[in-house]
Amino acid sequence: MKPRKFDYVRPDSVDEAVALLAEYGDAASVLAGGQSLMAMMNLRIAEPAVLIDIARLEELDDIKVAGDAVEVGAAVTQNRLKEWPELAAKLPLLAAALPFVGHFQTRNKGTVCGSIAHADPSSEIPLSLATLGGEVVLRSRRGTRMLAAQDFQRGMLTTAREPDELIVAVRFPVQSTRRVAFREVARRHGDFAMVAVAVCIENDNAMRIGVGGMADRPAVRRATIDGVADARGFFDSLAWELEGYDDTHASARLRRDLLRRVGPLVVEEALRCAA
Amino acid sequence: MRRVNKDERSRVRFTLNGRAVSGDAESRMLLTDFLRHVIGATGTHVGCEHGVCGCCTVLIDGTAVRGCLTLAVQAEGRAVTTVESLASPDGTLNALQLAFQQHHALQCGFCTPGILMSFTDYLARNPHPTEDEIREVLSGHLCRCTGYAGIVAAVLAASGGTPNPESRSRT
Repeated sequence: MKPRKFDYVRPDSVDEAVALLAEYGDAASVLAGGQSLMAMMNLRIAEPAVLIDIARLEELDDIKVAGDAVEVGAAVTQNRLKEWPELAAKLPLLAAALPFVGHFQTRNKGTVCGSIAHADPSSEIPLSLATLGGEVVLRSRRGTRMLAAQDFQRGMLTTAREPDELIVAVRFPVQSTRRVAFREVARRHGDFAMVAVAVCIENDNAMRIGVGGMADRPAVRRATIDGVADARGFFDSLAWELEGYDDTHASARLRRDLLRRVGPLVVEEALRCAA
Repeated sequence: MRRVNKDERSRVRFTLNGRAVSGDAESRMLLTDFLRHVIGATGTHVGCEHGVCGCCTVLIDGTAVRGCLTLAVQAEGRAVTTVESLASPDGTLNALQLAFQQHHALQCGFCTPGILMSFTDYLARNPHPTEDEIREVLSGHLCRCTGYAGIVAAVLAASGGTPNPESRSRT
């Protein structure tokens, strides 16, 4: 289908974009890569009255190391981050997760921040940001604030962004470990994950475990797991705790079963990585 | 600041296959519809119109993207490249197109323009991909005729690669 009519505005600066958001608020949607938003508009699931296109804003098209974090601007595409030469050294979890995001063709246009803004509970980038304990940088005329990933993503496609706020960047903490693993199960490569699991080992057997596709937002746990038998027990309990949900992609029961089977494999893979 | 109000038709200009083109578009007009209905360049096909099937894939500034998830007004000032650019003006097919012909990589041909454009971008970045890499890029397209084997063989042939006997998808 075709989208409903809307006013299209392409500001020349972040200040202009923020001023437009202050003016239109709820009536406006921010367009960056459009790989979720345009699809939803074509299907008329989303019907914004005003579309604010930030894709060309050079101020937002930057990946930079700022202190102990990698800051990714709102116009940076998923493939640009995937091909960033320092990715494997600074953010090995993202290096493992990004190949699962959509397809080559959608990563060429889809943005890192757009995926955070869309807040799909099965998405890889919000799961990675939550697992790493990253932050979202929001700007409005009222000022700039940072929100922890867990406080930002509130539920299914729901975030704490106020209608006048623009996500200008996300900050991924630089990882000190190389012992990471990421896996997901989808109907076909690049499709929505039924279950996604991210594991980052911090030291010895202490790890952060992030799970997507099981609840209305990513679930992150810290745990100490000694080997595979221990991992089985952990994911058994987690599967029942998170319950899963039914949708067109999978039943709650299948999600629980997938988590019990895939979770221990991901932990095993991370434990095998050299420090 | 560029602005196109919802009831307005605005002049949109970009280069298509190296040639300057322009036409009037509403803000909501998709690049695919602009190419096909305003410019008359019907090589780019429209399948699902929500970014899943990949038939509408075109290059914008050399990068393969979904034409149906792009507004015409977003292409302003850009270089758009479509399947019409691949063959020589006298109709001689390029190496990738010839490989598709030789390896029966199409039957009805509806999805082919998008697939050719994806690999035009991908092979420029990675001229000698493995079979698995080719399959990963191909996962962004749906083809209901071929079963994909011919397409993989064609891209491998065009890039000088050899099939992987271990590939789990081989039938």
